[in-house]
Amino acid sequence: MAIPRFWREIRQRYKGIGVECKNCGEIYFPPRDICPECRRESYKKMEDYELKGTGEVVTYTKVHEPHPEFKDLSPYVMAIIEMDEGVRLTGHLVDVDYEQVERGMKVEASMRKLGEESPEGLIYYGYKFWPLDTHGKD
Amino acid sequence: MKAKNEVGIKGYAGYVPKYRVTPEEIGDVWGKDGKTMGKGLRVESKSVPSPDEDVVTISTQAAKWAMRRADIKGEDLEAIYVGSESHPYAVKPTATIVAASLAASPHMTAADYEFACKAGTAAFQTCMGLVSSGMIENGMAIGADTSQGAPGDALEYTAAAGGAAYVIGSDDLLAKIEETISYTTDTPDFWRREGEKYPQHGGRFTGKPAYFKHIMNCTEKMLERTGKEPEDYDYAVFHQPNGKFPVKAAKKLGFSKEQLEPGLLVTHIGNTYSGAVPLGLAATLDQAEPGDNILVTSYGSGAGSDSFDIMVTDNIEKMKDSEVPTVEEVISNKEFISYSVYAKFRKKIEGGR
Ligand SMILES: [Zn+2]
Repeated sequence: MAIPRFWREIRQRYKGIGVECKNCGEIYFPPRDICPECRRESYKKMEDYELKGTGEVVTYTKVHEPHPEFKDLSPYVMAIIEMDEGVRLTGHLVDVDYEQVERGMKVEASMRKLGEESPEGLIYYGYKFWPLDTHGKD
Repeated sequence: MKAKNEVGIKGYAGYVPKYRVTPEEIGDVWGKDGKTMGKGLRVESKSVPSPDEDVVTISTQAAKWAMRRADIKGEDLEAIYVGSESHPYAVKPTATIVAASLAASPHMTAADYEFACKAGTAAFQTCMGLVSSGMIENGMAIGADTSQGAPGDALEYTAAAGGAAYVIGSDDLLAKIEETISYTTDTPDFWRREGEKYPQHGGRFTGKPAYFKHIMNCTEKMLERTGKEPEDYDYAVFHQPNGKFPVKAAKKLGFSKEQLEPGLLVTHIGNTYSGAVPLGLAATLDQAEPGDNILVTSYGSGAGSDSFDIMVTDNIEKMKDSEVPTVEEVISNKEFISYSVYAKFRKKIEGGR
């Protein structure tokens, strides 16, 4: 990933900041400049919206042949998460075994290392997800 | 050092990675009786970070929870200081990444601290100064580490990962920090040169002239300043490089094992360095009642100690309903791993592409 692109996307990667269309109330993540529903009506009405960070697993899969950057984590679980606001994101599930994952499982975003350019290079951080039943309040 | 105006803790939280390795497992690899060593050190297991965790991620998680407890937003933070001896970058501050992840930047100040295991309490003192002088409303003090000992070295049995974050402010306090005092000398007990992966230490020299001398002198001075006796405190938290040192120091100073108990986490998670005293205090606050008085003394090699006299307020009751897990809840979520998985996680072995 190029440094400028990563740096531009820091707010959405670290904090889950998307946008809300103030015309229709729809939340978009990643952020969009205009609302695909309201089109011109949404012009200058797209405002920052910080996702709460909680959601549930829609589908998931176990990755055995990882991207070289993730080899230390292999095998790991990737999932599509539906956030409480309705938007769907793809992300890693961490601190959980594949066998423990199920559809509808409640998860919460937590910042982790996504990778690094090289041992000398920049470290990329961003959100992954962990199960709320083991990482939340009892 | 007495604060000019009221200052204290508005929110706090600790985070510890879920993986654990035992001294027995480590000893087996190096031909040592790890079980007996663990008993001697009073460490049953130590925490190990996942390969995607570091001081930035640990600090961010703890800080996020501390802010939830303090009920403040990123923009309310005017200062963030992260104390650690394992910052991910040699040059590029951890605090800037943490500040961005909390949406606290850009109108704020941020910096990293280093002072072996007491870098976290140094961050406390800085935030106290800024708040009590009226320069800022809210500051964040974090102590976190993912420390490593060289493979086979005595430190490998205890060097662990974890951290805790504190929102320091002047109103809605859960606990007031009545007084802080430090004791600082030039003592060569433990060091790591620039560019070296693992630290060096002075072996037996780390005990008497280092840990005990600083913890004892600093704590005794605090007792003298406050005019209190050890039994006037409900709890005490001392730096815990192993399970033996803090118990021995407490006994010498006149504190009981019961006073130490809630904050003595080293037995289960190992030495979390800059995270150790902040985590011990967080676990103690989890159990504290209004009016409880807590004495805290950190220790950092090189060397120095910081003591704090902390008085818990009625607001602590509100924390019981907070959505943030207690330190005990965080620590109880654990998974034991083998030495080989630990070695891979900590990059002591490298896989091919
Ligand atoms: Zn719209």
